[in-house]
Amino acid sequence: MNKNHRVPSSRSLSAVEVKSKFGAEFRRFSLDRSKPGRFDEFYGLLQHVHRIPNVELLVGYADVHGDLLPINNDDNYHKAISTASPLLRLFLQRKEEADYSTFGTDSLTRKKNTVLSAVLLRPDVNKKKPPVIISLPRDFRPVSSIIDVDILPETHRRVRLYKHGQEKPLGFYIRDGSSVRVTAQGLEKVPGIFISRLVPGGLAESTGLLAVNDEVLEVNGIEVAGKSLDQVTDMMIANSHNLIITVKPANQRNNVVRSGGGGGGGGAASGSSGRSSDSGASYYGYSSHGAAASMPSHIIQNFPVGELESDEDDEDLVIEAGGEAEPIGRTASNYSMPPLPRYEPHLNLRTTNDSPSTFSVNANGTLPGSGSSGSLSNINASSATPSPDAAKERRSLEEEGTVITL
Amino acid sequence: MKRFRRHGHESHRDRLKQELFQFNKTVEHGFPHQPSALGYSPSLQLLAIGTRSGAIKLYGAPGVEFMGLHDENAAVTQVHFMPHQVELVTLLDDNSLHMWTLKGHNGLSELLEIGRFTLMGPPGAPPSVTRVTAVLAHSSGELLLLGTEGGHVFIVEVPGFRELEERNISLDQVASSVPDDYIGRRNLEHVEALQENPVQSNQVVVGYGRGLMVIWDLEKQCAIQHIPATQQLESMWWTEDGSYILSSHSDGSYCRWMVGVEDVNEEEEKSDIPYGHFPCKAISKIVQLPTREGPPFLLFSGGMPRASYGDRHCITVNHSKTQVALDFTSRIIDFFVIGDGPQHTGDPSALVVLVEEELVVIDLQSEGWPVIQTPYLVPLHSSAITCSHHVSAIPLKLWERILTAGALQNTHYSKKPWPITGGQNLASDPPQRDLLLTGHEDGTVRFWDASGVCLFPMYKLSTASVFHTDADPNENLNPGTEGEWPPFRKVGCFDPYSDDPRLGIQKIHLCKYSGYLTVAGTAGQILVLELNDEAAELTVEVKVVDLLQGQEGFRWKGHTRLDVREEPVQFPPGFQPFTLVQCQPPAVVTALTLHSEWKVVGFGTSHGFGLYDYQQKNNVLVKCTLNPSDQLAMEGPLSRVKSIKKSLRQSFRRIRRSRVSLRKHHVNKLQEANARLEAELAEMELAPVQRKIEARSSDDSFTGLVRTLYFADTFLSDSSHNTASLWAGTNGGCVFAYMLRFPPVERRADEPVSAQPAKEIQLMHRAPVVGIVVLDGHGAPLPEPLEVAHDLARLPEMQGSHHLLVISEEQFKVFTLPKVSAKMKLKLTAIDGSRVRRVGVAWFGSNRTEDYGESGLAVLTNQGDVHVVSLPHVKMQVQYPCIRREDVSGIASCVFTKHGQGFYLISPSEFERFSLSTRCVVEPRCLVAPPLHSGSFDQHQPQHGGPSSAPRSTQDGEDAESAARRVMEHALLNDEKVLQEIQKSLEGDQVSFLENNVKSAVA
Repeated sequence: MNKNHRVPSSRSLSAVEVKSKFGAEFRRFSLDRSKPGRFDEFYGLLQHVHRIPNVELLVGYADVHGDLLPINNDDNYHKAISTASPLLRLFLQRKEEADYSTFGTDSLTRKKNTVLSAVLLRPDVNKKKPPVIISLPRDFRPVSSIIDVDILPETHRRVRLYKHGQEKPLGFYIRDGSSVRVTAQGLEKVPGIFISRLVPGGLAESTGLLAVNDEVLEVNGIEVAGKSLDQVTDMMIANSHNLIITVKPANQRNNVVRSGGGGGGGGAASGSSGRSSDSGASYYGYSSHGAAASMPSHIIQNFPVGELESDEDDEDLVIEAGGEAEPIGRTASNYSMPPLPRYEPHLNLRTTNDSPSTFSVNANGTLPGSGSSGSLSNINASSATPSPDAAKERRSLEEEGTVITL
Repeated sequence: MKRFRRHGHESHRDRLKQELFQFNKTVEHGFPHQPSALGYSPSLQLLAIGTRSGAIKLYGAPGVEFMGLHDENAAVTQVHFMPHQVELVTLLDDNSLHMWTLKGHNGLSELLEIGRFTLMGPPGAPPSVTRVTAVLAHSSGELLLLGTEGGHVFIVEVPGFRELEERNISLDQVASSVPDDYIGRRNLEHVEALQENPVQSNQVVVGYGRGLMVIWDLEKQCAIQHIPATQQLESMWWTEDGSYILSSHSDGSYCRWMVGVEDVNEEEEKSDIPYGHFPCKAISKIVQLPTREGPPFLLFSGGMPRASYGDRHCITVNHSKTQVALDFTSRIIDFFVIGDGPQHTGDPSALVVLVEEELVVIDLQSEGWPVIQTPYLVPLHSSAITCSHHVSAIPLKLWERILTAGALQNTHYSKKPWPITGGQNLASDPPQRDLLLTGHEDGTVRFWDASGVCLFPMYKLSTASVFHTDADPNENLNPGTEGEWPPFRKVGCFDPYSDDPRLGIQKIHLCKYSGYLTVAGTAGQILVLELNDEAAELTVEVKVVDLLQGQEGFRWKGHTRLDVREEPVQFPPGFQPFTLVQCQPPAVVTALTLHSEWKVVGFGTSHGFGLYDYQQKNNVLVKCTLNPSDQLAMEGPLSRVKSIKKSLRQSFRRIRRSRVSLRKHHVNKLQEANARLEAELAEMELAPVQRKIEARSSDDSFTGLVRTLYFADTFLSDSSHNTASLWAGTNGGCVFAYMLRFPPVERRADEPVSAQPAKEIQLMHRAPVVGIVVLDGHGAPLPEPLEVAHDLARLPEMQGSHHLLVISEEQFKVFTLPKVSAKMKLKLTAIDGSRVRRVGVAWFGSNRTEDYGESGLAVLTNQGDVHVVSLPHVKMQVQYPCIRREDVSGIASCVFTKHGQGFYLISPSEFERFSLSTRCVVEPRCLVAPPLHSGSFDQHQPQHGGPSSAPRSTQDGEDAESAARRVMEHALLNDEKVLQEIQKSLEGDQVSFLENNVKSAVA
């Protein structure tokens, strides 16, 4: 299977290799990357190659980060084609059997629920009554969320930014400032940290949850009071893979007003514990019916405490002498699973690079002269996702290790 | 029950922590930054230096040091010891006077401030009336005479600072008696100088700025004599027999006046402009000292011809027919002369000069007036410090060889012992010999004895001779031709002008067992040196190593490689280079390590790292770590700020080279450069202070920069065979491990050494890797090379599994070996926002139990805090604030010792030593006994030219009187009130018994 990924770089630029799975059957074909066509044509093609002309399908693909994402319109279809590297892996489900819970962040790799194996190996076991689909919220990856609404004062907001799996920059700046606190002695001016700028198109801006002049109170549960701007900067960057910041929004009109039940929703269901006081605010992903894939989606969700202490940053990448690449900290059961898409290039190294000389083509992007063209092309292909334009310019030297960016 | 047990365990651990760790800043080494005042007590034989930052430092015999800091952040402008007492008075820039004393406490002396005072004028008077310009500590020890800008002399009783208004010498009293024909009569200006008659202590001379000098009788409160000098007065000196007064003036002249002649229109007996004809600069201070036989010594500072040598800092010494103009490299602050004999009242023996950047002591009794080597106050920054390296517990053999090599370099120093010998050093001998090596911008490495309180220079290594440099060897700033006038002689070692910044030393590694040393510099040069007791003529073998490994598309825009001398070079005894590696591109060497047992050197730059076999003189391994999208790393280090620094340096150099040429022109250029620099700084400050929050990515700048290199004998491939290995950590959070294979010893010289890649770890958080340590089966750090062979460390535990500790700027992380998997970690940045800047493995001994100790990591963060992190469990033990976080250069300069001490630069010229250990503390412990008062003592003047203070003579009667007063004081202890006051002062409220005066001062 790994060998199939070894596509010459020239081809990987123009053609997309597609591997489509429906039930236990595979189909392989290729598409022209530059002319992908429309989604309904593609849908028809799928029905054709699988010879299931009249079956309603739910089309999903594994993106570069290992997430199972849906293809149901032109936009996300084009996105899927443009980011395929080099292989586009499709998973087809009958619409009436579809398990929507499989889509979303970490859906293919999450340790706790082995959805991938469920989808791949036992597609028919998980038969569920098709849920009432309102807007397919799980077609979309969460990029941010408001959390702990039930335990925070109403004037504060705890925002989680999902940097991992994102090409978007976090995209905000912080500054020093002063804020007024009520103390026993009366009002007192104290130094504080504020958001000073949002980068257009950045993650922070696109969520709509953070705004200029919001005061930063905590970073990942640690108060920033008494810390310098540089310290807070370093804390945020150190936590950037899973950044949770508690802010006091400058605009207090959009605050969440607690329902009488007092956090009755608990941690189980998403979004049950809060409600917006301002109907104009689109903090409910559910309510935005017409949300297209390109629109940000906001999901209010209570996260279990354990998730705040995510150990994702533990997964340092180790390459042993044989060229074997593996993330540290994964449980052994992961090894038996099909290769995870995001580690493909390194798994390729295992098969292609047995000699020490080629070993040093590595995630960090160094390139000794002896590196074989084959392994180089793999890396090229794997890194096609971030800023494709810039990547093309330096194609011959391109070797940045985005493959290990979580 | 469980909770109870754990609690018990924790309190045990807490107790253990107290036994192991404590934080102390112990002593400051080097030369005080920006000295502004000098004082000397001949009776205590102590030297005092005040600085612009308000510090006061006392030095006596080597090891005797005291330091005090004024609460006011004002410059110390004058320091005066009270004659024959342990008190001293300081005058600050803010016009406040402070009284300090050396108090005995637990058998040790401490420097304490015991009083402060500000002169108050009559209500409504302008501040200039009470602005103190001259201070005279009267020999009675009870009076301070304070001359002011308004021309008055106030008399104050000490130690209480009580103003004796009735005894003041007011300007009106003096002016009324001035002869009518004196041209300056209308305005005498400020009091420039005050001097006491050495033989008649009730007579003082008051010198006014306009030139008039008045001898005043303190008893009768009247003027005895007027000396009508007409030139602006700079200083005065009353000769030891009381018969002459010397005055120096702003036109470069000095005059000698006879004292005691009735005739008011006394003519000056002698007037001279020593460097005359053309206009001269002022003589700022003049001293004349007698010799038992023969003519006196005349010493004065300044007086140089204005146009040609006006920018030189000179002190002229004239004795008999010999005259020398000692030419210093920085501004003269003050000077004094120490006399011979047990009471230091004999012939002048040593001239002590404080200049802005160093202290120079000249032996006046040996032929040629050689310099006496200073045991302390050595200018660390004679060329700017670029890096430092500490080696603990040097074997005696190596120590002696370095000392011998150093002694050969110091033959030009005087053989005389150090003349300042006050106080007693009570510190026990240091338990071990420690060496601090500093690398400098001019390519030198200095070896300092860092075992004790005195940071003593042992040996200086220069690497510049290996290369051709910009400096023209024929250039001679001081040709010293016969009959040259003025007769200049260069003294002092402060020379901050580096001829070629590429020579700068960036990394040092010394193996204390083998005597091998490797130093690496700014232009990618790595020298391996060997200690040789003989001088030798050597050709240094050069190996150029291409770290880019054929990486294309890049252009190095930085400096070029250094040009190596191909002909054999004569090297003096000491460390002699035998092989040289030059990196290509010639970027700064950022990591360096030496393994003397394997005879290899590892080195790294921003482009990659390599391994060099210095036995076969062959490069074994090159690994390029460069990220191709990192253009910054490629372009080299030249930034705009750097180039301004360079141009400044060049203009300085030009000035030095052509002092004779028009000075103004250069000053203008300098001003221009300064203005430009300032404008740039202002521009930087105008930018709003905000920080970008962005995850680190692989194409950040300098991710390939090699931060640390480490050799380890450990389990790399399987858990049964240990192998030699090289580890490298980069700025991008990447760790590389190479397996090294060495041929058997007998074929070591012939068969190649091989290196094979074994492991590569990319830390997910991508923070720079600043340290790598392998822990043995017991969790102890692996010993240094040859340590086991010398029986100085036990064999590392090879049973049980080894662990790899990777220290990044953000986390401490322990991995298992040989299969690398994360075992435990300690997050730093994610928790408190600080980052690791410096880290060192140290051993902490318990102060309770002799044989108990623990290994730990001493860590300095970018917040300036020091932490101790335990090994092998990476738990935070203690945390202390150490350096201000704004002091970036201080934090960058920090170096840890193997026994829990550390050094960092508090100024370009001073190291602060601190200790994290309870057992290893090096701090001054010294005692200064109050001077004895015997009747026979001090018939003659005890002090030769104490800086701007009067020479003194005590008459028998007076002495007896003061002794009696002391007895009376003792008797007064029965008085309840006095006892209370003493009690108060003991309680730390030292000012309380001066309450009245302080109140008046504050009011």
